[in-house]
Amino acid sequence: MTATVPEAAPNAAGPEREFTVESRSQTRMILRRFLQHRAAVISGVVLLLAILAALIGGRLWHYRYDDFLAVDQIDKPPSLSHPMGTTSAGRDVFAQVLRGAQKSVQIALTVALVSTTIGVLIGAFAGFYRGILDSLLMRFTDLFLIIPPLIFFAMLGRKFAGSGWFALALCLAALSWTSIARVVRGTFLSLREKEYVEAARALGASNKRIIFKHLLPNTVGPIIVNATITVAVAILVETSLSYLGLGVQAPDTSLGKLISDNQQSAATRPWLFYFPGLYIIVIALTVNFLGDGLRDAFDPTQRRVRA
Amino acid sequence: MLGFIIRRLLTSVFVLFLASILVFVAVSSLGDPLAELRANPRTPKSTIEAKKRELNLDKSVPQRYVIWLKDFGTGKLGNDNRGRPVYPQLKSAMELTLRMAIGATIIAAFLAVFVGVYSAVRQYSISDYIFTFLGFLFLSTPVFWLAGLLKLYGAIKINNFFNRQLVYTQGDSSPNFTGGFWARMGDYAGHTILPWIALALISFAAWSRYQRATMLDVLNSDYVRLARAKGLSNRRVLTRHALRNALIPLVTVMAIDIGAVFAGAVITETVFNWAGMGRLFIDALRGYESNVLLAWMMVTGVFVIVFNLAADLLYGVLDPRIRV
Amino acid sequence: MAGELLLEVTDLSVDFPSDDGVVHAVRGVSYGLSSGEVLAIVGESGSGKSVSCLALMGLLPKTARIQGSAVYRGTDLLSLKPKELNAYRGNRIAMIFQDPMTSLNPVYSVGWQLAEAVKAHHKDMSKSDAWTRAVDLLQLVNIPNPQSRAKNYPHEFSGGMRQRAVIAMAMANDPEVIIADEPTTALDVTVQAQVLETLETAQEETGAAMVLITHDLGVVAGVADRILVMYAGKPVEVSTVDEVFYNPKMPYTLGLLGSLPRLDTEEEMLTPIQGSPPSLVNLPPGCPFSPRCPLVADVCLETEPPLEVTSSADHLAACHRWRELEGDVDARDFFEATHVDAETTS
Repeated sequence: MTATVPEAAPNAAGPEREFTVESRSQTRMILRRFLQHRAAVISGVVLLLAILAALIGGRLWHYRYDDFLAVDQIDKPPSLSHPMGTTSAGRDVFAQVLRGAQKSVQIALTVALVSTTIGVLIGAFAGFYRGILDSLLMRFTDLFLIIPPLIFFAMLGRKFAGSGWFALALCLAALSWTSIARVVRGTFLSLREKEYVEAARALGASNKRIIFKHLLPNTVGPIIVNATITVAVAILVETSLSYLGLGVQAPDTSLGKLISDNQQSAATRPWLFYFPGLYIIVIALTVNFLGDGLRDAFDPTQRRVRA
Repeated sequence: MLGFIIRRLLTSVFVLFLASILVFVAVSSLGDPLAELRANPRTPKSTIEAKKRELNLDKSVPQRYVIWLKDFGTGKLGNDNRGRPVYPQLKSAMELTLRMAIGATIIAAFLAVFVGVYSAVRQYSISDYIFTFLGFLFLSTPVFWLAGLLKLYGAIKINNFFNRQLVYTQGDSSPNFTGGFWARMGDYAGHTILPWIALALISFAAWSRYQRATMLDVLNSDYVRLARAKGLSNRRVLTRHALRNALIPLVTVMAIDIGAVFAGAVITETVFNWAGMGRLFIDALRGYESNVLLAWMMVTGVFVIVFNLAADLLYGVLDPRIRV
Repeated sequence: MAGELLLEVTDLSVDFPSDDGVVHAVRGVSYGLSSGEVLAIVGESGSGKSVSCLALMGLLPKTARIQGSAVYRGTDLLSLKPKELNAYRGNRIAMIFQDPMTSLNPVYSVGWQLAEAVKAHHKDMSKSDAWTRAVDLLQLVNIPNPQSRAKNYPHEFSGGMRQRAVIAMAMANDPEVIIADEPTTALDVTVQAQVLETLETAQEETGAAMVLITHDLGVVAGVADRILVMYAGKPVEVSTVDEVFYNPKMPYTLGLLGSLPRLDTEEEMLTPIQGSPPSLVNLPPGCPFSPRCPLVADVCLETEPPLEVTSSADHLAACHRWRELEGDVDARDFFEATHVDAETTS
């Protein structure tokens, strides 16, 4: 049953000969996909600028938000020296907008950070251990589906009216963690059944190790995406509350409060009304684009064509 | 099926109950309803004491809650701090808000389906990019600012252009209106059009993104491919097969979002000065009116629960796999 | 079993743009299909077998670049616009897909979908006639209780039943060509036999020619008349079933046969083919099988072998060294059995 086997020496290198493209690490692939999304990258840059301007711009600009300008500078439309015009009380609008943006941005970033941390921890433990924690989480989420969180926000906002922006941010965060918790819970629920978790357990890994070393890294994508969305939602919620008078209170200002203060003059002195709103839109829009780009980078929906 | 409904109702009732406790505690700790009275140095102590007893403020918070619960259980919504019955206030406010929210939801749904489906079918075309951008834009726009913008351009400019007051920006209807049925309808329309647009644009943005994604998934599915392989016309494949499946998830999303629509309506009402649930809520908040706030919350909650249940049942009708 | 030549595919190529470059999924496929015959297209995942048939049916995404021709009774299917193609799809040429769990639309009853297939090409047929035909079709594929079953939804059918319903749908308008894309791959072995039987019934009832795409040579042995083996987007061997099984002229085919578990030999170890299929983006010159081929020589690394006539006129193979595979060849002589050195006891 043999046929002469010809010299097959050249094949000693056989299976190792690589026809394929270079292998890449996961992170590099994600980064590469993200960078291909021009809109997302541009948005990221613009967002960074907007946030930086909000946080430290006030200090750099040569007018302060509570400075009173000379009498002949009252009620002026935008010009070179006052890019966003002046108010009827004689203040520089640009400085005001920066100040308002600072509050709004501070609150939004704090909310995103705190609620994401809480949400990830609760979601992870709920998804992993199930049991009471899980049912509690589900009930909580139901609660917020039924009662618009705005109610609680409004009440908390009123309660802590004088306590400064950080307290407000914490209140908002305390009610915003449910969506990220659900996402993490969902991912954990599906991942914990995977074979590599079983394998890790068989090797004696403790639960904590499994959660932090194996499961969490796989949920980084949805977490990051959700965190960016939270920033956008937080800024819209905070400005809405401030608009209604239930958020940031005088003497502090927020973009929402600026809009509320100036809505009557929208027809006659549009610069007072437009700029704060545009700032909100710029931040929320760039955050949304960024989040979209991140979502695509982490999980591109490819059309599979089976050969 | 019946079991499903009952189970859902029970959980929802439980959650509502829980929420009522939370809200009651929150409202009670908000502030003192008698603050105004106390601030006035001329109010005799007896009046304050009488009012205190009237509002049950001499009892502890848990006791007050139980009192409220008993009243609520028997269908009594009670009176507000000034002695006016809550129910009529709630009723008229609810009517206005529903008018705004439901109209806006219907408009938003139609827009979302149209834009979502169109964008999916013409994926990566210019219109797709434009719609996507618009969607993101409206998602990122605060509703009160958009409303303000609409007031400027939708109302003032249009009214100037036609030299008549066609579009209104204040209230839900003109006070002291005289005129026939159609004139009255026109008046309502003129008052409602801007709020509807404001609310609809925001909701539509989120839903159309979702609809586009769903439609894309469906268009790439095996059964749509089989439908094409059967030689069916493109129109039939799109409508009978793709759309029929792609509309189903939207039902769930709309149901989940109903809370957000309501919140948006609340804000929009303040911009356009409607005497709806928004105004009621804010006034009640300022006056520490626990009865009003609780009734408000319960009614809203019940509404959302019923709506969600209806959506679930509708889902079962639309998708044979879900029929319990 | 050859009748008239129904379908002639010439130099079919399909390219897809992707993040990494252009994917050459199909690189020049040619074959003929005569009425009544069963042609099996065999290959690993990524060999291009499904894509080439999807191209015929116009079911590839818009980004695909298709070249070549596929002439069915005088008309080049690849040149038709989708509207024109609709007259052929589901009518003269029908297709069955791999995953029965997702092939059927979940919101319509099975009978409704069958009736729809019929009415699509018989515009004047009444609803009740179409329904009757649907029930008849279910009967033909051995679905028990077809009258009531027709009203069921797909999720109430088992996987095998769903696939049979899909086959019924393909039969509905008496096609001349049925393309079956891995119809049994997603099913349990016991159900596979049922489905294959149903395919045979479909063939008998309609007299259609069949293109059977699969990676399972065992399935092929009992059903096919001719085999076309594909590798890296190109056909590497084409001949009758007997010739391919007993007289392969391409080492890849030999390897495929060797990796089949056999009950009629004493050997316990399988002889798999080492390595994996190449990327279709960066194909270097030469034969794409060379990294894994036990017969590789310098010429193989330089020029890609053309598909040419070998031992007989109807046996084509793409291998520079096909002559070395003369006589009774066995895979174990060329491919190493796993974990065991080349010494084998005879």
